[in-house]
Amino acid sequence: MTKSKNLRSLVNVSDNFREVECGLTDVEASDEANRCLYCYDAPCITACPTSINIPSFIKSIATTNVKGAAKTIMTANPIGASCARVCPTEELCEGACVLNHSSKPILIGKLQRYATDWAMKRNEPLFKAGEPNGRSVAIVGSGPAGLSAARELARFGYKVTIYEAKSEAGGLNTYGIVSFRLPPYVSLWEAQQVKALGVTIKTNTAVGKDIAASELMKQYDAVVIACGMSHVPMLGIEGETLSGVHDAIRFVEQTKTEPLSSYVGKKVAVIGAGNTAIDAATCAMRLGADSVKILYRRTVEEMTAYHFEYEFAKQEGVEFRFLTSPQKIIANERGEVKELECVRMTLGEPDAKGRKAPVAVAGSEFTMDVDIVIKAIGQTRHHALIEAFGLEHHHGVVAIDQHTLQTSVANVFACGDVIFGDGQGEAMVVSAAQQGKVVANSIHQRLASRQVTTH
Amino acid sequence: MADLRTNLAGITSPNPFWLASAPPTNSGYQVQRAFEAGWGGAVWKTLGEPIINTSARFAAISFQGKKVAGFNNIELITDRPLDVNLKEIYETKKRFPHHAIIASLMVEPKQEKWHEIVKRVEDVGVDGLELNFGCPHGMAERGMGAASGQQPDLVQAQTTWAKEVAKTPVIVKLTPNITDITVTARAAVNGGADAISMINTINSLMGVDLDSWQTVPSVAGKGAHGGYCGPAVKPIALNMVAECARHPAIAVPISGIGGVGTWQDAVEFMLMGATGVQVCTAAMHHGFSIVEDMIDGLNNYLEEKGLASVSELIGKSVANYSEWGNLDLNYRTVASINTDVCIHCNKCHIACEDTSHQCIERKIALDGTPFLHVREEDCVGCNLCSIVCPEPGAIDMITLPYEQPPMTWNERQTVLATYKGK
Repeated sequence: MTKSKNLRSLVNVSDNFREVECGLTDVEASDEANRCLYCYDAPCITACPTSINIPSFIKSIATTNVKGAAKTIMTANPIGASCARVCPTEELCEGACVLNHSSKPILIGKLQRYATDWAMKRNEPLFKAGEPNGRSVAIVGSGPAGLSAARELARFGYKVTIYEAKSEAGGLNTYGIVSFRLPPYVSLWEAQQVKALGVTIKTNTAVGKDIAASELMKQYDAVVIACGMSHVPMLGIEGETLSGVHDAIRFVEQTKTEPLSSYVGKKVAVIGAGNTAIDAATCAMRLGADSVKILYRRTVEEMTAYHFEYEFAKQEGVEFRFLTSPQKIIANERGEVKELECVRMTLGEPDAKGRKAPVAVAGSEFTMDVDIVIKAIGQTRHHALIEAFGLEHHHGVVAIDQHTLQTSVANVFACGDVIFGDGQGEAMVVSAAQQGKVVANSIHQRLASRQVTTH
Repeated sequence: MADLRTNLAGITSPNPFWLASAPPTNSGYQVQRAFEAGWGGAVWKTLGEPIINTSARFAAISFQGKKVAGFNNIELITDRPLDVNLKEIYETKKRFPHHAIIASLMVEPKQEKWHEIVKRVEDVGVDGLELNFGCPHGMAERGMGAASGQQPDLVQAQTTWAKEVAKTPVIVKLTPNITDITVTARAAVNGGADAISMINTINSLMGVDLDSWQTVPSVAGKGAHGGYCGPAVKPIALNMVAECARHPAIAVPISGIGGVGTWQDAVEFMLMGATGVQVCTAAMHHGFSIVEDMIDGLNNYLEEKGLASVSELIGKSVANYSEWGNLDLNYRTVASINTDVCIHCNKCHIACEDTSHQCIERKIALDGTPFLHVREEDCVGCNLCSIVCPEPGAIDMITLPYEQPPMTWNERQTVLATYKGK
């Protein structure tokens, strides 16, 4: 098998999409679990958006009570198996570990994966649905936030129906995070756990197309909007519709759902420097591309990708071109991408948000040879859907009560990426999971109290 | 290089590290390998009537992932004919004339049996004898080992019988499976023992298998108690050595045994009165080469302390060991938390709050950073917080100035009796 210097296979690219990180062995897990200090009121718990009782689950691993560990994790976080793989742990739990001040932090993410992998392998049910309470909730979207809300509501006894536009459940975790970080079977297992509590997931059912928003509001006691975000917006430059220009979200999705196409010999440019740009760039490398360049109009300081993602991309061989902005995509005679015209930038005065605005350097235009351009400059919003429910929003970011996550419409709640942005919330998967829990609690409080008043 | 040579009741060895009578000293091959590795002496696996052993003999407990925190065995004395052992002792002594070879002996508690075996082993040139009155399993059921070691009169009588014919020093190895080890130690001294060694292993059942519900180890579905040793028994052994060392009627050298695995352990035993130490479990866990660091570490320690000879350590801490009644009731020590070193695990807080005296408070500084504060007036100086603290230097136990003059419980009772008398 031909392997390049970073051990990519250029012959069988699907090999490159196997999970990068290995799980801990029993001995490694035991060693690491025994290293945990079992802090009191541990800062790792506080740092976890879902407040997993981390010392408790690690103690359970140390005593070989792995089922107990898995249950502790999944109780606090219904998508704890995915989060074990995709959480920016060094910014959260592991970053808060007191051993940072002493030796090395505990590998909390890997221990969480060890316990949830065990649960996946054994496939033992960890939870039971609550006694049916006669009330029903519709959830729009089966991504992290939707699944989390559904799991909690099912445990409270609600009849829950999730409407999912795609053919599989899991949302971003199933479609949007690269396979070599998060293989689809993980989020599909989490969705299966939720289904096992009696939750119906209607896939291939787009709200607003296959069923009207008003219908949901009429049929259900409450509705949860957890539809996430949409495709990547237009760059607004010439040549954007040429063959060879891709949307990063769609591009990653294809690597998870369709037979992989080889990029051997291709030169790829990725526009943008967030975590999705890194995902697209590393996917392109693993498809065998000759070179992958990330173009970003600001500097390394301003890029929104996590530091570990940046490091990972560099290790994968991705090149970074900072202070570089695309101006025009140039085609060959067959209408395919041939070159990218760029301009060098410099950072000017800080804008309203305090970020230094990039300014083009006059006369610095240059072209680079590229075969593929992947756009990763953020995501558009599901404006039509949000408006179909009549929700207040700011540029597609649904307005919510910060505590209850209730929208401007009484029995409609929102969580996940649909409420992220415009200075509101966090884009992390784990935050979406927590918001799902909050929504479930808010609905339960609201409907339960209404029950009391009606009796 | 400090002088590591030791002399225990006339038995000399190049260093204080001996292998204890146990599986590692079963044969000439092993003892010679041990001497090549650097061990100063070896107490040969106990000689006597050859026995039959069971298969499945050892077991160990792990503590939080660390193997062999404690070890247990149900192996008996040598299973090889006496003349084979004697031949190998002779050959080993010839190859290593300056190393100490001590023959461990166990026979029925009969005068003629002791006379016979002592003469036979001394004929091949051993440097000393160790009477095994400690083996707690198997042999004890036949009236030997710990069974005789638990009866002071039998200890004394058998020591006397051995001494009647012995030309080399006689060490009596004592069992810890007894209420007060100084009683049997005195019996040994009264019988003429030249030295005592302790401890032999402690009665133990290592565990129960959670799936099969069989004992650990299990011999064809049955278990029997074994002898416990290894790191976990060190504090028990150290106390017994110290109790004998400070006893005025036990004025013979002590060979310290029980959980010794490092040079630090050896130093502690010697400070508490041992002339040298014997090691088994650590060698069984790691092989003979562990003696290299024992020798090197001990030498570095002695040099750092400015001591020319290891013998200068012997008994130096014995005077610091006493009865509870002689402890100063007016001495006060309290915990002091160094906020700049503390890593904020809060283990001290919860240990104190749940299980001690509720005097470590969680507070928030003006800048919002959490810190822990000891309410000194409520701190009893129990040490618990500093014990559970994982960060060296985060908690100091500091001595407070005296508010009352020193007074022990015994002194207090004496004073009270004087008042009552008036």
